[in-house]
Amino acid sequence: MTKAGNDRGFVVFDRVQKSYDGETLVVKDLNLSIQKGEFLTMLGPSGSGKTTCLMMLAGFETATHGEILLDGKPINNIPPHKRGIGMVFQNYALFPHMTVGENLAFPLEVRGLGKSQREAKVKRALDMVQMGDFSNRRPAQLSGGQQQRIALARALVFEPELVLMDEPLGALDKQLRETLQFEITHLAHELGITTVYVTHDQTEALTMSDNVAVFNDGMIQQLAPPDVLYEEPQNSFVAQFIGENNTLDGTVKEINGEIAVVELDGGELVDARPVNISHPGERTRVSIRPERVEANRDRLQEGVHTIKAEVKEFIYMGDVFRTRLKVAGNDNFIMKTRNAPDQTRYKPGTMIEIGWLPRDCRALDLPQAG
Amino acid sequence: MALPSYATTGDKIWYYTFRVICFAIFFFLLAPILVMIPLSFNAQPFFSFTREMMTLNPDGYSLRWYQDFLGSDSWMRSIRNSFIIGIAATVLATTLGTLAALGLSRSEMPFKGAIMAIMISPMIVPLIISAAGMFFFFSQIGISGTYLGVVLAHAALGTPFVIITVTATLVGFDQSLIRAAASLGASPTRTFFKITMPLILPGVISGALFAFITSFDEIVIVLFVAGPEQRTIPREMWSGIREDISPTILAVASVMVALSVLLLVVIELLRRRSERLRGLTPG
Repeated sequence: MTKAGNDRGFVVFDRVQKSYDGETLVVKDLNLSIQKGEFLTMLGPSGSGKTTCLMMLAGFETATHGEILLDGKPINNIPPHKRGIGMVFQNYALFPHMTVGENLAFPLEVRGLGKSQREAKVKRALDMVQMGDFSNRRPAQLSGGQQQRIALARALVFEPELVLMDEPLGALDKQLRETLQFEITHLAHELGITTVYVTHDQTEALTMSDNVAVFNDGMIQQLAPPDVLYEEPQNSFVAQFIGENNTLDGTVKEINGEIAVVELDGGELVDARPVNISHPGERTRVSIRPERVEANRDRLQEGVHTIKAEVKEFIYMGDVFRTRLKVAGNDNFIMKTRNAPDQTRYKPGTMIEIGWLPRDCRALDLPQAG
Repeated sequence: MALPSYATTGDKIWYYTFRVICFAIFFFLLAPILVMIPLSFNAQPFFSFTREMMTLNPDGYSLRWYQDFLGSDSWMRSIRNSFIIGIAATVLATTLGTLAALGLSRSEMPFKGAIMAIMISPMIVPLIISAAGMFFFFSQIGISGTYLGVVLAHAALGTPFVIITVTATLVGFDQSLIRAAASLGASPTRTFFKITMPLILPGVISGALFAFITSFDEIVIVLFVAGPEQRTIPREMWSGIREDISPTILAVASVMVALSVLLLVVIELLRRRSERLRGLTPG
């Protein structure tokens, strides 16, 4: 499920475990390899171990077992201030008693740079985040978005090769978040730095990253580029966590190579792509994206199974229509259709027939109850 | 806060009564201090206002007690002692108290409550008990009647104030600043002096002021622990009252009041300045 930890990545987590109390593992056997220049996002619900991983990489937490390598060298025994890793915090963590310029000059001063060199670098970094005129302000005089720009500039000013970001946009409003997402990815790619980004916001993860590692329960559930993650989730946690998904539970009836026929609990038959099921008779959860549900028979392949659905609610959302259906006992089955001129606007109470391409519906594991 | 137009008679009565009570409280607090100041200019060796003073006759006033005070070797020595002991105890208490507060504010510190209680105890235990204990202990180890003994005793009294004020400042202290400094390459020592210290400075200053005032004003421990060499101002005043009842101590008291006010103003200005530098109040 995860990439092997021993290929030569710029950052390598090799069988890393972390426990705070010596009993429960917060991070279980983590293997992860990040290439130079890659933008990797650790995505997961709170308590999934993603932030702990970031803190171990930064050096603020120590790994209980296993090794973390940076550029081929183990860093377990290097204190945080000698790792040379830039970091952006959720609450900005700007020094309130220093001006913006002094904040940026701090890492350069620590490194013993002369005054003229410091000034040049500070100016360049501030221009990079479009904050060139703010050098003499104090952090308290800036808005949240401006403060985070300064924090970003400060993490980049000493030219680290690796930058860590711990939910940096979490405290900002939606519009600002979108602008900054764009700016951060552009900067990261322009400067060629390796970025490890932690978030619980899946949109952020999908739009910003080269690769996303989905964390749950101290393990990486799937590591993949955003499109693969969205379209080919490997298990029902990932399918449920990333984007919206309709799920139906049933039993595998037969598997013919790339297509499995699943008998739903109500007796209906549907087609699905077998992902982590292996033999007929196994319990499974099929998962289908709302935008891949098709009610127009002409667009469906010959010979695929269709099932009856009752329209419960029709929601007009402008660019799309959201139709809530009752399918095989699940009355929260969503179908998303584009607002095209010929698109039917379903009336509640109508019976329709829906289907999908077998490859869009994924037969996954059935998670244990609770 | 003027009376609203709909105020009832009862409201009006309360409105004025409230003000009278407030002024009475201020009077109660300040009168004993303020009455000393004119008395210290008394031309006669009395602790009461003479007829000349009441009629504002210039002959009723003089600076003789101030001359007495400034010309006396024993008073001068006690001033010197008070400052030496006060400053040394303050430095010690501030250093120890700040370090203790920093340690106690860390989440991984075990037995926080118990340790805090022990550190604060000199403030709570009756002074006479601490003084008696210190007297016996200091005699045993041979530092009774030395400057070191008095400084140590006063530092123990001052430390709780520093712990309390610094701990209060640390409550609002953002621990991620420490991590940010580390991620930027600063060693823990550098982080302490460049980041932590400037930010907790207002608390340190207030604590130091309290510690100094505590020592400056302290008599019980001085009576027990200090020898004749370490007579401080309060100790000298004590014998002044008991042995030769002379208005000189009124002059001393007036000078000390002026000094305390001055000190408070200076420290408050300093504290405001560093508060502003912390960026908490935009200025």
